[in-house]
Amino acid sequence: MMFFLEVLIGGLLAGVMYALVALGFVLIFKASGIFNFAQAAMVLFAAMFMGGMHNDWGLSYWLAIPLTLVIMVGVAWVIERVVLRPMVNQEPIILFMSTIGIFFALIGFAEIFWGSRSRTLDVGIPSDPIFLGDMLLQSYDLITAAIVATLVVGLVLFSQKTRMGRVLRAVADDHQAAQSVGIKLSTVWVVVWSIAGLVAVVAGIVWGGALGVQPVMVDVAFKALPVLLLGGLTSIPGAIVAGLIIGAGEALAEVYLGPIIGGGIDSWFAYIIAMAFMVWRPEGLFGEKIIERI
Amino acid sequence: MKTTMLKKAALMGLSACIGLTGAISAQAQQAKEQYLPSLVYRTGPFAPSGIGFADGFADYVTLINQRDGGINGVKIRLEECETGYANDRGVECYERLKDRHGGATVVAPLSTGITYALIPRTRADGITMSTMGYGRADAAYGPVLDNVFMVPTTYWSSTTVVMDYIAEQEGGWENLKGKDIVHAYHDSAYGKEPLGVLRHYAEKYGFTLHEMPISPPGVEQRTVWTQVRRIKPDWISLFGWGVMNPTAIRTASSMGIDVSHMIGGIYAAQDDAVKPAGEDAKGYKAVTFHGPGADYPIYEELKEHVYDKDMAAGSGDAKGTIAYNRGLINAGYIVEAWRQAQEMSEKGRPSTREETLKAWQSLDIPEARTKELGMGGLMPPVHITCLDHEGPGMALIQQWNGEAWEQVTEFRKPNKDLVFPMYKASAEAYAKQEGITPKSCD
Repeated sequence: MMFFLEVLIGGLLAGVMYALVALGFVLIFKASGIFNFAQAAMVLFAAMFMGGMHNDWGLSYWLAIPLTLVIMVGVAWVIERVVLRPMVNQEPIILFMSTIGIFFALIGFAEIFWGSRSRTLDVGIPSDPIFLGDMLLQSYDLITAAIVATLVVGLVLFSQKTRMGRVLRAVADDHQAAQSVGIKLSTVWVVVWSIAGLVAVVAGIVWGGALGVQPVMVDVAFKALPVLLLGGLTSIPGAIVAGLIIGAGEALAEVYLGPIIGGGIDSWFAYIIAMAFMVWRPEGLFGEKIIERI
Repeated sequence: MKTTMLKKAALMGLSACIGLTGAISAQAQQAKEQYLPSLVYRTGPFAPSGIGFADGFADYVTLINQRDGGINGVKIRLEECETGYANDRGVECYERLKDRHGGATVVAPLSTGITYALIPRTRADGITMSTMGYGRADAAYGPVLDNVFMVPTTYWSSTTVVMDYIAEQEGGWENLKGKDIVHAYHDSAYGKEPLGVLRHYAEKYGFTLHEMPISPPGVEQRTVWTQVRRIKPDWISLFGWGVMNPTAIRTASSMGIDVSHMIGGIYAAQDDAVKPAGEDAKGYKAVTFHGPGADYPIYEELKEHVYDKDMAAGSGDAKGTIAYNRGLINAGYIVEAWRQAQEMSEKGRPSTREETLKAWQSLDIPEARTKELGMGGLMPPVHITCLDHEGPGMALIQQWNGEAWEQVTEFRKPNKDLVFPMYKASAEAYAKQEGITPKSCD
């Protein structure tokens, strides 16, 4: 029983880290209807800048992290100007394809600037084991969960309590109606991509701390995709709940099903879980049901 | 008008002469060059390993050209091609480069996947393949793949060295009975490579082998290591690749698993396996087929003839790393093979594909020669025969002290009595499948 609980809690905490990456996708899709393929590249980009500024330039993380945030705002501005603005009113698939371009451009730029060697990104989050009886929890996971919880609360407060938050919600509800009352879409997009940049910075710190900063970090996107499928593309709570279900589901499957069917199943089993839920709710657990008049 | 025409004709004649002389000179220069295509991965997900290797490989070639003026006056013309560690790009690089500048005679694919893809092509083209520790372990059985060389060791041989070390630490093979050894591996053909050897030892010496596959790329491994912790293993063999290695070390350490009882395979032995794991990697061990660090005379030569002349291939931060040292010795084996090819045919002339292959088939680099090369202790000695394309297959155990790798054993001989029959059986099965007639080595 204790082992089951350890696997379950470990899975839930892993799911929180998946949800963190999924959050960035949700924020941009919710506000602009764009599935931002480049979100994982933004995580790598942010991590490379933080790791590079600290390891190569000798800046403290207290300086490297805010500087990276500023750079992410700059990236958001450039993306809006160079990619999104000329594509207004294009089909969603065209915008999606353009984010594939952004994905490779961001990785390429970061690699040209910092090189491809791996770096550490240790901002001081302890990784000591914590024992509850025979059950082991990792302090790194618990602190990460607390960081993600704080981020989600911050995002919800921003969305509900600030003027810009209301603007974002208005745009998310209906672009054209929002524009008709004077909301500037280009500003909203810069703000949304900047917030996604903030999420990428946090994800970069957490994932970079766990993996080290190296190009393969973009693969964390494959952990976020089943979370998105399950939670829906438009719901922040959906991303969190789906992250927990996927994390726990894949961990339990690996331990209890893995030995029967060969092990190493966690990478694809997450998608099986997501697809099983989608049969029941195609729009995801918390996604908006799309009803269109013909 | 007449004068102008004459002038034009004279000028054209002069230009033609200059052009002809230039062409002859270029041809002569080309004739004195040995072409070496270098398949590298300086970009992509595995770049942290690829950059160091590519730098070491290129720097050794620069050293030979700068210090010695080439091999008996034959300069080496190195040309890199970026594969990004992708099989399709590796094949494209090979096809694009193989006939350039007088033709490639040897290729180091630097990837197991690319090696598999290139084996039939290089066989058809008569080009030698140097697959240093990666690729098909059974290529060590020479009669089947007579153009592929597993110098200086294979996954299987190096695993016997790991087991030998574990047995020694436990006070003898007989003390392995009842022990638990975990093999945590990249869930792919690569990760499964040592399973045959490990299963043999488990059966023979009575320990329990726990096989724990990790799905690539291995960014999340809590579940695996939660299970390993429950097993309370005496030793762990880690066969990861790329990000899987530091994540495994870090996750294991954070669960209280003693990483000094964790021994990485030859591709879990690089700096990118430990550095991203930070303090958690301190004490982690790995098997490798060359000495660690930069304390070898070759580095003084490199400093004088390459680094100080601003001719180094990279930024310099890879010097002394495992990947860089591997690049150095791989280039070292290739250069020595060409030197021996010239001795067997004609000194001062670039070697043909046939001459290069013939030299590899009897490549002999004794320990004394590794010392002459400034690589004593760095480069293991090699002796190749028609039958054995691996040679002595020696490897050593190193340990990460938090800053650098420390050598904890000398080079050790593998259990060839165990692995060679396995190479033979596997290679013969491959030959049957591919319709290859093994050549006779009598």
